[in-house]
Amino acid sequence: MNFSLTKEQELFQQMIRDFAENEVKPLAAEIDEQERFPIETVEKMAKIGIMGIPIPKQYGGAGGNNLMYSMAVEELSAVCGTTGVIVSAHTSLCAAPILENGTEEQKQKYLPKLASGEWIGAFGLTEPNAGTDAAGQQTTAVEDGDNYIINGSKIFITNAEYAHVYVIFAMTDKSQGTRGITAFIIEKGTPGFSIGKKEKKMGIKGSATCELIFENCVLPKTNMLGKLSKGFGIAMKTLDGGRIGIAAQALGLAQGAINETVKYVKERKQFGRAISAFQNTQFQLADMNTKTEASRMLVRKAAYKKDQKIPYSVDAAMAKLYAAETAMEVTNKAVQLHGGYGYTREYPVERMMRDAKITEIYEGTSEVQRMVISANMLK
Amino acid sequence: MKIVVCIKQVPDTTEIKIDPKTGTLIREGVPSIMNPDDKGGLEMALQLKEEQGAHVTVITMGPPQADLILREAFAMGADRAILLTDRKFAGADTLATSYALAGALKKLDFDLLITGRQAIDGDTAQVGPQIAEHLDLPQVSYLEDLKFDGDKTFTMKRHIEEGYQILEVEAPCVVTVLASANNPRYMSVGGIVDAYQKEVEIWGKDQIEVDETLLGLKGSPTSVHKAFARGLKPAGELYEVETDEAVGIIINKMKEKFIL
Ligand SMILES: Cc1cc2nc3c(=O)[nH]c(=O)nc-3n(C[C@H](O)[C@H](O)[C@H](O)COP(=O)(O)OP(=O)(O)OC[C@H]3O[C@@H](n4cnc5c(N)ncnc54)[C@H](O)[C@@H]3O)c2cc1C
Ligand SMILES: Cc1cc2nc3c(=O)[nH]c(=O)nc-3n(C[C@H](O)[C@H](O)[C@H](O)COP(=O)(O)OP(=O)(O)OC[C@H]3O[C@@H](n4cnc5c(N)ncnc54)[C@H](O)[C@@H]3O)c2cc1C
Repeated sequence: MNFSLTKEQELFQQMIRDFAENEVKPLAAEIDEQERFPIETVEKMAKIGIMGIPIPKQYGGAGGNNLMYSMAVEELSAVCGTTGVIVSAHTSLCAAPILENGTEEQKQKYLPKLASGEWIGAFGLTEPNAGTDAAGQQTTAVEDGDNYIINGSKIFITNAEYAHVYVIFAMTDKSQGTRGITAFIIEKGTPGFSIGKKEKKMGIKGSATCELIFENCVLPKTNMLGKLSKGFGIAMKTLDGGRIGIAAQALGLAQGAINETVKYVKERKQFGRAISAFQNTQFQLADMNTKTEASRMLVRKAAYKKDQKIPYSVDAAMAKLYAAETAMEVTNKAVQLHGGYGYTREYPVERMMRDAKITEIYEGTSEVQRMVISANMLK
Repeated sequence: MKIVVCIKQVPDTTEIKIDPKTGTLIREGVPSIMNPDDKGGLEMALQLKEEQGAHVTVITMGPPQADLILREAFAMGADRAILLTDRKFAGADTLATSYALAGALKKLDFDLLITGRQAIDGDTAQVGPQIAEHLDLPQVSYLEDLKFDGDKTFTMKRHIEEGYQILEVEAPCVVTVLASANNPRYMSVGGIVDAYQKEVEIWGKDQIEVDETLLGLKGSPTSVHKAFARGLKPAGELYEVETDEAVGIIINKMKEKFIL
């Protein structure tokens, strides 16, 4: 058993921290305020390989692993939750399912562009009436010669407006329920495919969350991802991996809030001394740090297991559940320790608290994670 | 073109604290980094590599832990890395350091040798120029920019107090570079992954051309007489007043201190 990072991972952490501090942090408040997708940051990340960390070199990726990828999402999210989820959705929800389920031809076609960051990826599973109950897909794909005709819509899709490639799900056989769902790869600009309304959100405001609309969209059969009717399994497996990314995002938000708070409580004076001198402040900080460190252990363990090809879906569910709830609690306490200043946009903890909330909702709500964990205990 | 860059591992002095009692540096927990001027020099070499094609070797003299900055250089794009390390090098002053480095450089073939202007710990700015003297090569210090004509002439922009000098120098030569010359690139993720699969060559005194008596502590004519931290100045007093009143305050203060 070994809890230390390797030299390679330490060097990686040093690079990603520098990058986050110098390139990402300065934009965080602005993109939140303007609800603007930070395309310039994506270009910078692309240049140094952050858009393809766990993708093998043979497909143009950095050839890193999931542990490094989770560390990257953590460090980016510690300064900007939006940037963290852009990388997470792109990597875990689009590049990963193509890597894991794609044909060699699909991998050659899409992965080099995704891994180099020339193209951004997205994932469309959720529909207006199919959220937690993802099996209730209403989007249909009807066979027509060499094509499928897609009709329906997706909602709340991260990166939607800026993506070039989408992994989406549709019913190929309604009578079969979850066994009638198939995954497809669809490119921006495919006739009959358009981007709908953009959501106005509480947090991660720069992440461009939109609808996807399919109106008699013609998709060649070669764009099917995995086998016919195997889409639900692909979606669930993809989300297992995605949860490591979101858990890392939550972990980063918690750590970021702690970093800001430690600085603040040493500077802020009341009753003639720094508020860090009050035992309540000290105890709150101790709890915040302990839970965040526990989250980190869970996140790294899940990533490690994925890298070792050991089943990890329960680990990913635990990591996401615990890290998300910790992020919410820690950012809430961070605002509390900042007092009235923490409630204003003068200080980043206000944004961090808004950003943290989503980690309890997407890629499976906390309730869903509890279902996954307990189902495994009771089977 | 073949380029060699000398890089040094230094404590990150922006994070260093001085023990107020002993006056010595508290090195514990202070991260080690690639000296900023050297990073500027490496970036200059890597830009030449991208624009005109070059093979870039980095070399450092230091303890085994200095391996880290060589990996960092690999991850930024260097092609070859040499760690010059031997107990016999320990305790070297700038002369013995530059002598050992020059002994290693004699084994390498290069058109351009780049060093940083100065290291943020030792701060002498002597090693680069001393290497040039040991190797009997032309040297240009304080570089902010450098262009290569593709044949054998470099055009260089040298920062001097009053402005700039533009010089033309023929290869092979030695230059010392300022951190302000450029913005060094980040290590790439793929580069970091590869950096630990590549080999750092380890050279000791037997691999280089040197006279052992001129190495390390024995070869160092300099000795440190005393090191101390300058006392901190107390915070000043701030007055926000009109000019006339300010002049009065200053005069009074100077009288109080018997300056006037
Ligand atoms: C900003 C943002 C980005 C998103 N990005 C993407 C994306 O890129 N791709 C994508 O496909 N989707 C995305 N989503 C969708 C997200 O995954 C869903 O919102 C989420 O899965 C919850 O679904 P829902 O909103 O329909 O909530 P519902 O399913 O309606 O849930 C409402 C509440 O009921 C609870 N609940 C539901 N069923 C049960 C049950 N059986 N037992 C107990 N409690 C239950 C839930 O836990 C929740 O608390 C995104 C959402 C947001 C807000
Ligand atoms: C009086 C004195 C006594 C010293 N005694 C000791 C001692 O006992 N033990 C000890 O460990 N150190 C000692 N040092 C420190 C050591 O000699 C210097 O750190 C070293 O010679 C480099 O000098 P500098 O840091 O001033 O570098 P500078 O001359 O400022 O560096 C200029 C450039 O030279 C290159 N360079 C410098 N050093 C190296 C290196 N090691 N490898 C590769 N490139 C390099 C870099 O490109 C650098 O940017 C002493 C220094 C002095 C001044």
